[in-house]
Amino acid sequence: MALEKITEVSGTGIPVMGDDIDTDRIIPARFMKCVTFDGLGEYAFFDVRFNESDGSPKNHNLNDERFSEASILISGANFGCGSSREHAPQSLYRYGFRGILAESFAEIFFGNSITLGMPCMTLSRKDLNEIAAKVSEDPSAAIHIDVLNRKVSVGGIDYAADIPESAREGLIEGRWDPIAELLETSASVDKVAGTLDYVSS
Amino acid sequence: MQDKPKSLFEKVWEAHEVGKLSDGRSQLFIGTHLIHEVTSPQAFGMLRDLDLPVRYPQRTFATVDHIVPTDETNEPYSDSLADAMIKELRKNCEENNVTFFDVTSGKQGIVHIIGPEQGITQPGMTIACGDSHTSTHGAFGAIAFGIGTSQVRDVLATQTLALSKLKVRRINVDGELAPGVYAKDVILHIIRTLGVNGGIGYAYEYGGEVFDNFTLEERMTVCNMSIEGGARCGYVNPDETTYEYLRGRNYAPKDWDTAVERWKSLCSDPDCEYDDVVNIRAEDILPTVTWGITPGQAIFIDQSIPRPEDLPEKDRGTAEEALEHMSLEPGKPIAGTKIDVAFLGSCTNGRLSDLQEAARYLKGRKVADHVKAIVVPGSQVVAKIAEEQGLDKIFTEAGFEWRGAGCSMCLAMNPDKLIGNQLCASSSNRNFKGRQGSISGRTVLMSPLMVIAAAVTGEICDARELFEIGRSAA
Repeated sequence: MALEKITEVSGTGIPVMGDDIDTDRIIPARFMKCVTFDGLGEYAFFDVRFNESDGSPKNHNLNDERFSEASILISGANFGCGSSREHAPQSLYRYGFRGILAESFAEIFFGNSITLGMPCMTLSRKDLNEIAAKVSEDPSAAIHIDVLNRKVSVGGIDYAADIPESAREGLIEGRWDPIAELLETSASVDKVAGTLDYVSS
Repeated sequence: MQDKPKSLFEKVWEAHEVGKLSDGRSQLFIGTHLIHEVTSPQAFGMLRDLDLPVRYPQRTFATVDHIVPTDETNEPYSDSLADAMIKELRKNCEENNVTFFDVTSGKQGIVHIIGPEQGITQPGMTIACGDSHTSTHGAFGAIAFGIGTSQVRDVLATQTLALSKLKVRRINVDGELAPGVYAKDVILHIIRTLGVNGGIGYAYEYGGEVFDNFTLEERMTVCNMSIEGGARCGYVNPDETTYEYLRGRNYAPKDWDTAVERWKSLCSDPDCEYDDVVNIRAEDILPTVTWGITPGQAIFIDQSIPRPEDLPEKDRGTAEEALEHMSLEPGKPIAGTKIDVAFLGSCTNGRLSDLQEAARYLKGRKVADHVKAIVVPGSQVVAKIAEEQGLDKIFTEAGFEWRGAGCSMCLAMNPDKLIGNQLCASSSNRNFKGRQGSISGRTVLMSPLMVIAAAVTGEICDARELFEIGRSAA
């Protein structure tokens, strides 16, 4: 299972600012009544995008034509907090996002996103606000996520961006989905299982 | 020479580590895998696509909890999507020889309630489940955490996961909790103190006199909400309370004495080093309620709703958003806020002791006329014992609806939902916008006793005053 080596992501951005944007916000639970991830893209941020009363679009960046081509999401601290539901990054990926910039990420969400090959980079609050301002002013501004060198460039300016080494390594080496490697070690797995009383008895 | 002192987390991790992966992460053996209908069907689908079998079917246990209706038992369910999900899980379990605690088994319930109840959850295990509240099982001294669906696939196919080792933060709560202060208040206070993202990268080890004295069910309430503080797992070292809870349960080890000896050896060594230590005084904790849209936006019941300008700059944006959503007035006391719905249940507070404590104070009282009140036992076993003890009668005579087991209004994937901007006094774990099934619905998290008090008075209030708790002895 050779995977693409994800050393960089390029595209345009969309600011969805705010801290603690949780998984219920990203994909409301009622859309998880399904047995596949197909079609989840259209429900990403559904309640952020549409009015409860009549289903009409809200005045939000996600409904703004200027950002319709955006593939890089820009947000705040603790993005993806809450549930372990992979439906959240799956819906973002299927909506068209290929990278996320935020001040910090909730751990399970982060892991789920990397396993889909969607880099999640952390930047300082100041830099995120500056990038969001640039993108708001010019939605066509090119954003370049350089996973390899841990930086993000917007309009010719470089910003320091971080990502844990294991995730960076997995992305750039094309091993962001670990299943192939996990399957290689079945003899060692059985050996460990044999040492655990509660498994072997 | 003596080995370096280690924490339980390190010992359990080392015992389950298969090796290092090329990206530097560990391959960790997962001894116990729990699955449910929402996050597993796609994983079984991935297995089929890859033509892979379930590697250790005897180490996966399934139940159905998120989508089950609590007022309807006959299938097909009126919600065809929910009906398709339960059938899919049933089929996947049958085809792969996975034990399924189905709705007809008498053992079905919320996955984090039935694991402990059946004795499947034990000290020293690694436990994973496609649900963030898997941290609950840490109450037994297990390393237990939530995983995504691709990881459910990994466990089904290999019984292992690729993971980075966590740091360990020891949280001591010493002293004695005042009457009317519960485990729920302890964890809401911890989250409020350390922040909703304070635990990122950490496992929380809870200890101190309060945890020594806690029952296993109280420990579960605290560990359950570790994830709301950002910590993927939280645990308590096992002790006599743990062993007594497990003794005689269906899946308890047959060679009991050997198991207990092994469990004792897994406890954190007294002089082990932690990456961080936090000390909290039990006396500083009062009944706690949330006022906002994250579990960290919490105050004591006698406090006022904060003014954004009084908060640290970084918290103001979310606070303003929260106040707008909650329609609460900054500076006003939270007590006296009218409620519309009272929900008692969930993997946080849907266990027998929660229902017993609530019923003890509810007995002979009535739910306020304008309040819709429901109690949802965490499992069929909890429901059965509660009914044998007559708790259901106490609840129904007071005006609560007595329901079947499931996750219910904690996340509203079944028909139990808030309507419009109803405000719910809830014993659950998340107050996110839209969490309880209505986009404009409002959730106030609190202990079961505080839910009962709010149901009776029709407003958020101090249960200690209403029920005269901690007064008589003075």
